[in-house]
Amino acid sequence: MRILSLAERRLAASIPTLILILIGVFLLLQFAPGDTVDAMMAQMGGGDAATARELRHFYGLDLSIPAQLANYLWHLVRLDLGFSAIYGKPVAAVILERLPATLLLMTASLSFAFFFGLVFGVIAARGVNKWPDTLISTIGLIFYATPSFWFGLMAIVVFSIYLQWLPAGGFEDIGEVRTGIWRVVDIARHLVLPALTLGLIFLAIYLRIMRASMLEVLNLDFVRTARAKGLDETRIVTRHVLRNALLPVVTLIGLQAGTMLGGSVVVETVFSLPGLGRLAYESVVQRDLNTLLGIVFVSALLVISVNFIVDLLYAQLDPRITAEG
Amino acid sequence: MDALKRYFRSPAAVIGLILLLVVIAMALSAGMLYPRDPLALAGRPLLWPFANPRFPLGTDNSGRDIAAQIFYGARISLLIGGVATLIAVAIGVWVGALAGYYGGWIDNILMRITDAFQTLPNFVLLLVLVAVFGSTLTTVTVAVGIVSWPAPARLTRAEFLSLRNREFVQAGKTLGMGDAQLILREILPNALPPVIVYASVVMAVAILLESALAFLHLSDANVASWGNLIGLGRDVLRVQWYVSAIPGVAILVTVLAVSLVGQGLNDALNPRLKQR
Repeated sequence: MRILSLAERRLAASIPTLILILIGVFLLLQFAPGDTVDAMMAQMGGGDAATARELRHFYGLDLSIPAQLANYLWHLVRLDLGFSAIYGKPVAAVILERLPATLLLMTASLSFAFFFGLVFGVIAARGVNKWPDTLISTIGLIFYATPSFWFGLMAIVVFSIYLQWLPAGGFEDIGEVRTGIWRVVDIARHLVLPALTLGLIFLAIYLRIMRASMLEVLNLDFVRTARAKGLDETRIVTRHVLRNALLPVVTLIGLQAGTMLGGSVVVETVFSLPGLGRLAYESVVQRDLNTLLGIVFVSALLVISVNFIVDLLYAQLDPRITAEG
Repeated sequence: MDALKRYFRSPAAVIGLILLLVVIAMALSAGMLYPRDPLALAGRPLLWPFANPRFPLGTDNSGRDIAAQIFYGARISLLIGGVATLIAVAIGVWVGALAGYYGGWIDNILMRITDAFQTLPNFVLLLVLVAVFGSTLTTVTVAVGIVSWPAPARLTRAEFLSLRNREFVQAGKTLGMGDAQLILREILPNALPPVIVYASVVMAVAILLESALAFLHLSDANVASWGNLIGLGRDVLRVQWYVSAIPGVAILVTVLAVSLVGQGLNDALNPRLKQR
């Protein structure tokens, strides 16, 4: 229970952060050229000044900026994110439609990066400064420097155009209707390349941190004790070292949740996935500022939730945390 | 001198330095090798590399010389990466120094703001900034700098926290130095080295951020940048994939060079950590 109360305290501390973000971005967007009504008028193919004035009054855009801000926050408490003039629906509905693809993509890339980062990090640390270590560290450095959108494009060229193994984009085949397990397989096939593309840089980071942290833990006294007890090397690594060496990587997942969400903007655009990231891009291009503000709110919420989960995980891995808290 | 010797003993650091010098040389020689506007029409569109000796790297969709765009692109990437890093480090050092030196409510407020910036995905904030202020070279550079300052701020704050109660600072206080003098003359010079090393990470990320923005057609379209060219090549990816492939390699090499140099500097300045 102590774990939960600690994580809850961290969660409560993030509420002021969330409010700060919302106020900051709301005020920032006031400087943007054009407002929702301008976007609507453009959508309708123009209109006279009287209609515009009426619409502005209707949406409360003729109020002072503090009043508008208070209005927005008050609506937000009731989970009302406003109306998207471009999509003709409430912003919350638009975002909810796009959320599953992004969550799926992030989970897939995170699992991929975490698993392989861990495996390669352990292999590199076990043979430190020998050829597997050099090879893995070099590949990691190159992955770290690869722009994800470029890697995605090249993956499309190789796997979709030349080899024709995997689809080049989209979330599922819209040509035929599939149900049940075949639909799952189809979506999974569409997600392979995007997940690899998004996960690449995180794979590079995790393997580097995992390697460093393994090397550090391998030198600690309790590992020497385990060796002296006569445990074999595999058992020492899996039972004793791994759990301790994982802690920095888990911390990093929380710290980089935002980076990953940001990366999905580009990856979803490359693979034309109907996700939150692409929605963010589209709302910038179409000047749909209401939706953009909604996305800011939801992505901050997502980052905070990931950090909450990471806190819980961390306490699971490291019992010392609850002892102190 | 010792640090310099240690730097050149690491092959990775030397390779990084050579690559970085090559990119800098490309940026400097762009004007001499290609005196014409790199975005001007140069020949037939979509010529493959090596097909015509006049265009060693071929031409893009609208017949512009890819090699010229790569050379001029080096300027843009280094310029945006460098200036954005300067902005990020300048803001970060100020925020971190004030928070770490004064502590208390100043620290609280500044760290809450830093938290806010770190909770919001930096690419999303970048999109918001571009949506509001437009996408000229200046606004994009400043925007990339603004989204990158929190990490240097945290680093500087940590350094200040560990340095502010050391003897030499106490001695300065007893001598009657003011806060500004203590921060700028005494603590900052000691806190700066790790921040400067970290600047290489900031620069690598800044170059990647700008290229991603350019790829999405949200950066300045009137300059020859690698990201722009990749975005352009996307339209002809099916057959003429080289239009996107070549500038991507340029970005990869530049970011790799910057990271290798940063890592080499770090190992050279902190020799105790090197054995990791």
